[in-house]
Parts: sequence; structure tokens; C-alpha cells
Amino acid sequence: MSTVKQEYDVKKHFLELFRENRSVIDSGSAPLMNKQREGAIEEFERLGIPSQKSEKYRYADINGVFNPNLSKSFGVQKVSFNIHDIFECDIPDLDTNLILLVNGRYFNKEEPLRELQGGIITGSLARASKDMPQIVEKYYNSAASTEDDSLVALNTAFAQDGVFIYLPKDAVLEKPLQIVNIMIHETDLMAQHRNLFIAEENSSAKVVVCDHTLSPNKFLTNGVTEIYAASNSNFDLSKIQNEHNGSAQLSHTFLEQESESTVFTNTVSLHGGFVRNNMFVRLNGEGSENHTLGLYLADKTQYIDNYVKIDHASPGCSSRQLFKGVMDDQASGSFNGTIVARKDAQKTNAYQANNNILLTDDARINSRPQLEIYADDVKCSHGSTTGQLDENAMFYMRSRGIPEREARLLLMYAFAYEVVNQIHVKPLRLRIDDLVNKRLRGELSRCNNCAMNCE
Amino acid sequence: MKKDKDKILGKVTGDEYKFGFYTDIEQDSIGRGLNEDVIRKISEKKNEPEFMLEYRLKAYRHWLNMEMPGWANLNIPPIDYQDLIYYSAPKQKTKPGSLDEVDPELIETFNKLGIPLEEQKHLAGVAVDAVMDSVSVKTTFKETLADLGIIFCSFSEAVREHPDLVKKYLGSVVPYADNFFAALNSAVFSDGSFCYIPKDVHCPMELSTYFRINAANTGQFERTLVVAEKGSYVSYMEGCTAPQRDENQLHAAVVEIVALDDAHVKYATVQNWYPGDKEGKGGIYNFVTKRGICKGDNSKISWAQVETGSSITWKYPGTVLKGNNSKSEFYSVAVTNNHQQADTGTKMIHLGKNTSSIIVSKGISAGYSNNSYRGLVKVARGAGNARNFSQCDSLLLGDKCGAHTFPYIETDNKSAVVEHEATTSKIGEDQIFYCNQRGISTEDAVGLIVNGYAKEVLNKLPMEFAVEAQKLLQVSLEGSVG
Repeated sequence: MSTVKQEYDVKKHFLELFRENRSVIDSGSAPLMNKQREGAIEEFERLGIPSQKSEKYRYADINGVFNPNLSKSFGVQKVSFNIHDIFECDIPDLDTNLILLVNGRYFNKEEPLRELQGGIITGSLARASKDMPQIVEKYYNSAASTEDDSLVALNTAFAQDGVFIYLPKDAVLEKPLQIVNIMIHETDLMAQHRNLFIAEENSSAKVVVCDHTLSPNKFLTNGVTEIYAASNSNFDLSKIQNEHNGSAQLSHTFLEQESESTVFTNTVSLHGGFVRNNMFVRLNGEGSENHTLGLYLADKTQYIDNYVKIDHASPGCSSRQLFKGVMDDQASGSFNGTIVARKDAQKTNAYQANNNILLTDDARINSRPQLEIYADDVKCSHGSTTGQLDENAMFYMRSRGIPEREARLLLMYAFAYEVVNQIHVKPLRLRIDDLVNKRLRGELSRCNNCAMNCE
Repeated sequence: MKKDKDKILGKVTGDEYKFGFYTDIEQDSIGRGLNEDVIRKISEKKNEPEFMLEYRLKAYRHWLNMEMPGWANLNIPPIDYQDLIYYSAPKQKTKPGSLDEVDPELIETFNKLGIPLEEQKHLAGVAVDAVMDSVSVKTTFKETLADLGIIFCSFSEAVREHPDLVKKYLGSVVPYADNFFAALNSAVFSDGSFCYIPKDVHCPMELSTYFRINAANTGQFERTLVVAEKGSYVSYMEGCTAPQRDENQLHAAVVEIVALDDAHVKYATVQNWYPGDKEGKGGIYNFVTKRGICKGDNSKISWAQVETGSSITWKYPGTVLKGNNSKSEFYSVAVTNNHQQADTGTKMIHLGKNTSSIIVSKGISAGYSNNSYRGLVKVARGAGNARNFSQCDSLLLGDKCGAHTFPYIETDNKSAVVEHEATTSKIGEDQIFYCNQRGISTEDAVGLIVNGYAKEVLNKLPMEFAVEAQKLLQVSLEGSVG
């Protein structure tokens, strides 16, 4: 009974919060975004917080992450410190255009939109909604579908700001863009940011997103990212989730791809108490290509949940999913990947793989690789394995004088490398490689700059 | 060539149900609707002991608080449970002592289905417990089996003659509160089969039950219970055909299998109920709960099924692997055509140590049908060294149909090795070309490929069934092909 009561409370809490703070929320954002709030909150009211009875959140206790002590802030954010003093990305040779999000809000709100080479525009989404409304209006909240997911509606109702990236036709961004999500606050905090990335025809860019926590408070983020990749565009998104274990992260990414576009996404989850990544890809144009990869290394009581849905809405598209995980201690996790090939999506080529290693009897993994095929001329397959390290490979190394622990690490490292190897920003790849290595060895694997000595 | 193939596929998928006929036998029914009085009446008509009535009522009261689940990938028209007849039995004044006394029309029905009781009795060496609608009409070979101590009889007879066994095992695998349809079945089940193999007995023949749904508007609520004592072996076959009717009929059976130490139970099903006509009108709803438990160490339960009929099939025959070193296999071919829908698969729940399971599922979709595989593999925390391999392949014939795969893999033990793989494809042009090149016509090639695709499963069926299953595949899909 207690869960029912709690569910009721969370919903009621947000509905009240919305009504009480409506004007503050609006004033901190832009009219374009404010326009969508009313519909979204109604949708949220209708759906409520997803329960574990729904197939989509079967293994994820979403209710549990809504801690009543989480504060929410909608007014002007006072940052009483110079963020650059305590945060500096220390990845050697990683030369990027850096964008900071602090507690889900654009760090320097007053900063005008930045124009990079080839007319590429980056900056705050709220700002962009005011300065270039015709573009933002066209795309904002059109890919994000609530599709019985109230968390997206919750974000639309409350989100005030986030990152905006616009790649005009033929623009090529050579230096990767790096978005750093920092959570730092004196109290426990919930933040909801909203990102919008638009890649017009023939454009190309690489984006790196890093999630960090800089204070030991409990955090909850519920972020939505919408990405549009027009014809022949090339977009590459790497996401590093490295928050402390007291934090919870709900992330929803919606991706729309037009003909001949290629999009790579790679999500590496290293730390974070509760991580739920939703990824929705719609392949709208013929010949588009999608690669969705993920690596999760969990220990202690971490919970990491990846949900991917690739919708082949046009013929001749190809998609590939590869998710690999190592679960240690009492960690638990879940993978749910769905490939949908619609009626006219002939010549679809889709592949999906999920491999897991369980290191202890207390660790647990649930895997649901699914296929929904409505077209006949398709090549769709999937595979899922759960097991331990190959005893033969272990024996091979042991017989060559490699100690058991070393051999085990080597094998796990090789297991993870298949995903890490496909991060296309080289300095980042080397760093992740190093982090994964340290992570598997059980050494502290946060970025060195992190002041936190959290467990 | 493409045209050619389309023509063949069209022919293949356009074949009509061959077993559609209706036998006019006087029926003894209780009126439509369901309430406690109806349950009391059913129990009374069957002369059941008190404990059965209590069990039924308990199930019914629980059922009242349940809702029909909606998570399946199916489009089910609403069912009015008060508009169904819950009891219907072919009327017979006295019990027949020999085959000659059995209603000749009834025998004719079986003959049309190609199951001549007499012939089978003499030639096939199969003991047939023929169930027409809800009451077991004739049990053959009973004496031979009785010599070995094997009990193979109708469920109502078992309730009367072996109440201890029924009381001990009924609901032990599928409790009445298990799900909506199991609860409904527990409340109103009319009859079914009971099979008990004593310790160390190797059942010398294939036990077989033919189910028929005959009376209009009769939900058929079968109850099957198979108990295999330590060290015993039995192969059980269940085959289904139903006559062509226009109104949807509900079939919510429950099958329970108990395998004790070192026992081996094979359970084979051929299901060919009326799938509805080409527009999807009519047809049987097949919502069945089938579950076995490998209760003892080293026990084994094998499932083999060929599903070609029913307008909606919704079932997951599963095994609870409780005993150490227990094994289970699941081999299935599911064919959907026209507007049929299927959401079927298996559940393998590993509880004991060193347990292993194999799942091989082959789906074939044609016409406008949707065919889903949904399977659960669960390895509990204490199930050390559990091993599972699942393979789910789907074959699409035509561009209006759908094939879906929804595996659930829950692993809670580090020593488990669980593998799952699935593919979805159509018959390749290259495969047809290869056959053509060697002088095999496109028509034959399609037949060859479909049969070859399903062979792995058909091979697992008992001999007697394999022939019928192959025939069914042809009827369901191939038309004049192959």
C-alpha cells in the first residue's frame, strides 16, 4: 500500500509545484518553451509516475528515485563561486568548444549565442528560442514523444533551459563540442534540462557530454535531448556518465534521422546510483544509418538501465545496437532494446547485441532484446548473452604465467574495449580507456579534477 | 520469378481450413452465464467430492477480483464471460461398455479427422482418451495400462476414483490464483485427462488425447494433470482440431505436469483449431496455461508443439526447474495465416543447481497475421551453473504480416550461462534460385524450405504426430505446394 501512497504523493507534489511556480518557471525561460508547458503537465497528470507494472519500466523503480527531500529551483541561480576554479576538464589533448550546464541550467545565462566556424551556433536554448525562434519552434518538442512516458512530459513542463546546437547546411565542426553537466548544490537537488541539437543537410559534428557531480548531495536529473539529423548529415554523440553513487539520472534522447544520415551514439556509464537511459531513434529517410552503443560497469548497489527503441520507418535503413555490461557486487541492471521495422521498411538491416558479465552472485541483470517486424524483406537479428569470463581463455593466460587477477582484468578489459574502441574522439577514447581500466581494477576512476572523494 | 513466387505464396496462404464441420449430437448444457450456482451445478453433475467444489468456489471468488491482462501483443475483442455456456456434455444415457456402444456420429467425427478410434486401437497401439467437448467419451487401452499400474483416465473419473492423488497435485503447479484464465478454469473446468505413472515404470505407448470443441458457444475448459513418479517415463500427446463455427469460442485449458526424481515427461501438442475465415471472422481463442515442474533431481520435461490453428493463441508452456540437474526442452513451430494472432513462447525458471534448458522456437507468419514469440528465462539466485540456450527464428511469407520477438532474460546468478539469438528473414531469392537451378520448381522449393525450416522441431514430435504435423503445416501454408 505504501507504494501507492507514495506514487500519489510524487504526482501531486509536481502538480502543486507547477501551479505554484508557474510564473517563476516562465520568467526564467522563453515563450516558445512556456507554450508547451500546459499540455505537458496535463499529460503528466494523466499518466502519473511510471510504475513497474508498465512493460517499459518493468525493472526500474522510478518512484524510488523521487526523494521528497529534493529541492527544486526555478529562480535566478546564484553561483557563488567561479566554476572554472573547481572544474577544469583535464583530459590531455582534448581540444573542445566547452559548454557548461550547472544544475541543468546554462552556466552563463547572459552570454549571447556563440557563432563557431561555418555559421555553427551554440548557446543556451532559452536564448536561442528568443533569438532564432523560427528554427527552435520548428523542432522544439516535436521529436520528443511522451508515448506513455510521463517523465518526458514532466521535463517539458518544467525545463527552463539547456544546450542548443545548430549546424547549418554543409557546416563541418572540426573541434568537438563538449557539454559538461555539473551538479553542485548545498542541498539535495532535482534538475531538468532540455537540449536541442539540429544538424542540417551535409553537416557534421561530434559532441561529447560529460556528467559530473561536484558536491556530495543527492541529485536527480531528468533530462531530455532532441536531435535532428537531416539528409547526409553526420552526427556523433559520446556520453560519459560519471556522477557519484548518491545521484540518480533519468535521461531521454530522441533522435530523428533523414535519408543517408549517419548517427553514432555511445553511452558509457561508469558511476551513478540509479541510471536510466531512454533512447528513441526514428529512421525517417531512406538509407539512414544508426549506431547505438553502450557500456555499463556497475558495482556496489548501482542500478543501470538502458532502454533503446529503433524505429525503422523507411526502407533501406540500417541500425546496430551493441550494449555490454559488467556487473559487480550487488549491482543490478537491465537492457531493453527494440527494433521495429514498419510495414514499408523493406531492406531493413538491423542488428542488436547485448552481452553481460556477472561477477558475483548478488549481481543481477535483466535483458530484453526485442524485435517487432512488419516488413518481409528484412534482415533483423539479435543476440543476448549473460555469463562469466571464458574459462578457456583464462586457462590460456594462466598457463602462460599471467596471474589470475591480471588475466581476469585483461579479459574484462577486452570485453569492454569493443565499445570503447568506437568512441570517435581520440583523446576522449584514451581517457575512457584509462577510466575503464581503473574502474575494472577497482581504483578510483573519476576524473582527476573531481574534488569529491565520494564512494 | 517474383510473380511466380507471389502466386505460390498466395495459394499457400489462401488455403481453407479442412477440418470445418459440425457434428449434430444432442448436448446437455447448463444455460449461459457464470455464478456460484452454475459452479455448484457443474460440480453436482459430475458427482464430485466436496473438496473439488470448495476448490472451484475458491477459484471463482478469486477470479471475480481479477482483470483480464492486457499486456500481450494481441488485439482481443472484449469477451463477455456471462454470455458463455460453461458446461456442455454429449448426452448419453448409459456409459458405453465397448466401442460399438459409442454414438456412431461421434465416431464419424473422429473418422473425418483421420483419427479412427478402432484403427488406432488395433494398428497404432495408441491409447486414445477421446475428449469431445467436455466429457471423456471413450478410453481405450486402459486395461493394458492398468496392468502396469498406470492410471490414464478422464479427469472426472480421477476425481472420483483417485481423490488423494488429485487433491495432492491439483493446483500444485498452476495454482488457481496464478492468472486470470487459470482461475477461470479452476472454477469451471468440465473435464480433461489425468495421467499417473508409478515409480520406475516406462510407459510402453504414447498416451494421447484428442480434444474437440463441438457445441456452439461452449468455452472449453480442459484440465490435464500428468504425474510421473520417480524414475518413470511417459510420452503424452495432445492434438486438437475443431469444426468451423462463426462465433469465437474461448478455450482456457490448464495443463499441469509433475516430474519427480529421474522422471522424464514428453508432452507434445498439435493444435489446429479453427483459425477463423480469411477475413478473420470467427475462430477459437486459445488462452491456455501449461506448466510443468521438474520437482525431483535429474528429472526432465520436454515440450514439443506445432501451433497452426486458433484465431488468437496466447500461451506460454513453461517449466519450473526445481530439482538439481533437471532439464527441460521446448521446441515449437507456430504458424499464423490470414488474420490469426499468436503471442506464444515459453518460460524456463531455473531454481535448482546445474539445471539446463533449451528453447527452439520457429515462427512462420503469412497473410495479415501477427506472430510473436515471448519467452522468459529466469535464473534464480541459488541456481548455480544454470545453462540456457534459446533460438527464435521467424520466417515472413508476405509483406502484410508481422513477426515479433520479446525475450525476457533475468539472471541473478554469476555462474549462469544464458544465450539468446533470434533472426527474422524471408525465403531468400538465392535459396529459391539454388533449388530452381537443380530442377526443383519454385512451388516445391517453397515447400521444401518451409519444411526444412521447421524440421528441427518436427523431429522432436513422436512418430505418430510428426506425420500429422507435417500435413498440418502443408494445410496451413502450402496449399498444393510441396
